[in-house]
Formats: sequence, C-alpha cells, structure tokens
Amino acid sequence: MAGATQRSEAATGLALVAPPLVYAVALLAVPMAVIVLFSFWTQDYLDLDTTLTLDNYREAWTDPIYRELMARSVYISGVVTLITVVLAFPVAYYISFHVAPERKALWIFLVTIPFWTSYLVRIFLWKVILGFNGVLNTSLIGIGLIDAPLTVILYNLNAVVIALAHAFAPFAILPIFVALERIDRSLLEAARDLGETARSAFVRVTLPLAMPGVVAASLIVFIPTIGDYITPRLVGGPGGLMIANMIQTQFLRLNNAPMGATLAVLAMLIVSGIALLFVLANRRFLKRRG
Amino acid sequence: MRGLRIYTLLYLAFLYLPIVLLPIFAFNDSTVIAFPLAGFTTQWFTELADIPALHAAVLTSLKIALVTAAVSTLLGICAARAAARYRFPAKGGIMGLVMLPLVLPEIIVAVSLLVVFLQLGLQLSALTVILGHVLICTPFCIAILNGAFQSLDNALEEAAVDLGETGWGAFRLVILPLVMPGIVASMLIAFTISMDEFIIAFFLSGTEATLPVYLWGQLRFPQRLPAVMALGTILVAASVILLTIAELARRRGVRKRGDTDTGGFL
Repeated sequence: MAGATQRSEAATGLALVAPPLVYAVALLAVPMAVIVLFSFWTQDYLDLDTTLTLDNYREAWTDPIYRELMARSVYISGVVTLITVVLAFPVAYYISFHVAPERKALWIFLVTIPFWTSYLVRIFLWKVILGFNGVLNTSLIGIGLIDAPLTVILYNLNAVVIALAHAFAPFAILPIFVALERIDRSLLEAARDLGETARSAFVRVTLPLAMPGVVAASLIVFIPTIGDYITPRLVGGPGGLMIANMIQTQFLRLNNAPMGATLAVLAMLIVSGIALLFVLANRRFLKRRG
Repeated sequence: MRGLRIYTLLYLAFLYLPIVLLPIFAFNDSTVIAFPLAGFTTQWFTELADIPALHAAVLTSLKIALVTAAVSTLLGICAARAAARYRFPAKGGIMGLVMLPLVLPEIIVAVSLLVVFLQLGLQLSALTVILGHVLICTPFCIAILNGAFQSLDNALEEAAVDLGETGWGAFRLVILPLVMPGIVASMLIAFTISMDEFIIAFFLSGTEATLPVYLWGQLRFPQRLPAVMALGTILVAASVILLTIAELARRRGVRKRGDTDTGGFL
C-alpha cells in the first residue's frame, strides 16, 4: 500500500513537472547540445562542413585575438565579482543585523528596484555619467576638485567594471542577506559571553557562517557577467570588449556560427571550471549546513 | 554602526544614481545630455507620440511580454507545485535543469536558440522571442511561486479531499486562492523581465523589433537621445509601478497564508 502511494506520488510529481521539463529540454538542453556539435563543424563561406574536427578549438586557442578577449573577459568578471561582493557585504550585513525585522522586506525591495528597470537604459546612463562632458566630470570640475575632465573612466575597463558592479549589486546582496538571516543570533551572544570581542566574534562566527551566501553571490555574479554583451559595447570602448561581443560578431556579422559556437562552449567551460574550483576551495564553509 | 548606516545609504545612492538622473534629462530643454540643465520641457515626451516605429515596437513588446508572462507562470506553477508537494525520481537534476537559465549568460541562450531556429528553418519573429523569454522567465516564476507553494499546509488540501472534493477541485478551491498573490507577482515579474530583455530579443526578433531593440538602434543617433531619455523615464516608471504591485501582492499572499482561516481571495 505504502509502495503504491509512493509510486503514484512519484508519477504525479513527474507528470506535473513534465511541462517545464520538456520545455527546458527542447529549448535549453537540445540547443546547447547543438552548439557543442556545431563547435566541431566548420564554416566554409556559405557551406557548413559537417566533418567533425578540432580546428575551431585549435584556432580559438592559438589566435591572439580570441585568447586576449577570453583572458580579458575572465579578468573583468573576476574583478567585477570581487568588487561587487565586497561592496555588497556591508549592505547585506546592515539590513540583516541593524534594520528592524518588519522593515527588512522594504529595504530588500529598495535594493532590488533598480535591477528591474531597463538594463539598456541604466548602462546608457552610465555612459552619460562617466563621459568626457558627463555628470561626474562636470560636477567634479564644478566643485573645483579637478581642473580637466577625467578620461580614465569611460571607454575602458574601469567603466565596464563600474557599470557591471552596479548592474549585479542585488545579485550579490540577496544571497549574502539570506545567509546572514539564517545565523542563530544566540551563537554571537555565546561568543561574546565566552570573551570574544565584537570584532573577533564577527571574524570567527559571523563571517564563516555567512560564507555560503558569499560563495553563492560570487557565482551568481561571475557566471552571467562573462557573457555580458551590452556593457562592453556601450561603455567599454575598443579596449573593453569582451568575449560575448566576439560571439555576436561571429554569429551575426561574419556568418561563422561554428567559430561562435566554439567560443561560446569555451567560455562556458572556463567559467564552469573556475566556478567549480571556487566552490571546492570554499567547501569547508559549505558543508556545515545541509 | 553609524558608519555602516552611512555606507548603506551611500550605496543606495549609487544604485539609484542612473534612474534618478534619467527624468532630469528627460525634462531638460537641451539636445545635449549634460549639466548644466537648460530649462524645463515636455517636448521630448510629446515627440514620442509621432514615431510609428516606436509604436510598433511597443506593441510587439507588449504582445511578447503578455504571452511570456502567462506561459512562464503556468510552467512555473507546475514546477513549483511539483517541487513543493511531491517526491519524484531525479528531482534535484530536473529542477536544476529547469532553473539553469537563471545563471546562464543570456548570450549562450540566445546563440543556441538562434542556431536551432535557423536549422529548423523557423522564421525569426515575435514567436521566437517568446520561446526564448519563456525559457529565462520560468526560473524567476518558480523562485517566486516556490515561496507561495512551500508555505502551504498540506492538511488544508487533505481536508478538502476528505470533505469530498476531487484532487483538481481541492487544488482549484483551496490551493489556488492561497497562491493567487504569488501567481500575480510571478506574472508581473515575468512581464517586466520580458519587456526589458535585450540580448535574446536582439538575436531572435528578426524584423519585429521589440522596444529594447528599437532603443538600442536609437542610441547611435545623438539627436535622438533626449527622446530616448523620455522613453526610458516612462519605462522605468512603469517598471517601478508593476514591481510595487507585485511586491504588495506577494506580501498579501504571505499575510494570507499566515492567517488562512480568515477567508478566501477577493
């Protein structure tokens, strides 16, 4: 009887989850498999050569342009992740520990609102803010802090990092906030009772317990950032382009889908590899809780 | 602790800086987007009324966003309900696959769909954008609906079945009203994401430009920028209003499930 109920429970569950699952298989798993397959094909002008070969990978690995773009993308994503997470932590900490419980939802809502407004418009506004005659430069000159407009803040890596750190802020704050909320406050009292100072209690109790959130935040910022296309195009200038821009060029301009597919696969492999290493490096923090 | 509070407020200022500047320039009587401001005008807003290409893009985006909101919320209900109520084989793997687009770079989703659609000989159109948008919106819907479904008390449904309701009847009369605010929030969020999404629409829209794709085209023309600012202001205002409604719906849902005996929806 129990077996029968269990079977029917599994069957009902599977039947229910089938529509989203079929959708994800048809429009995510299959297309990704096709991309992997494409990466082993080659494009000869208008003809697709379907002999399996590693030529694209060889080219992607040896051509300095691809290597440079790939390395730069990983670098930018890494820097953006570090800055975003470090800047976000105190905010999450403040909301979790110093905001009255009934007001926390409002604060979190306030933090997430900018994220829901048009990404394109927000990034474009950064161009307006950081530009030669932009808001920042005219303001700084206006208050007499600088004499000539700063040029190091637009059409380069810095601009990409600032705009991305802004765009991904809520992604970093939310997981850290959730991890901090789960910390049993009596642990901190116990630490203080046992003679820890506020600072050492933070370092030895709060921080380790918040690490799952920090790891999650890092991954959720790092992975999508590497595929960002708009920000490098709008504020990056020629020196700030990333691998996604090259993938787009291969697909839509050069009509070389196999090379674009190869770069996409490589980007995903590299990102997954780094993400995996990062999780492994932090696994002692992650296994404390189920 | 004062320092922490000041830091947090500064951080919020940083977060809001772009969307606060937007309306300032949208109402500024100058074609140059810079300080000092020149004077107040609503010219850029009235100009928007005379651009047929913009109106077509708005209609396309609305059509895509409405269908996306409905379909991804339906898929989200299936997945969230299955995850919250039933145990089934390979649950972790299945849910992982369905939630994957949440962390996948959008460019990967966009190019893989593009390749498949082109191979299938499918004409790029609003339909192909909808297919892509449903894929990336469903995980958000599931995340929102999970909260609604997981906090449900199974006993309520069992009671309804014991009192003679069929499984579907219990779902429709007991569960659905309780998760309704979550469904509203899910549809609003999916609608907002779809209205704003650029990369997938850029790859898959073909000749049927969505609003962000249209905006992207305008960014190249300096003389169009004030109108872009005006359009951006309208978009941001609309997003904020929809999100506030979604948030109120979500809170209402939380209150209702914490206080289930006081009655039904409406």
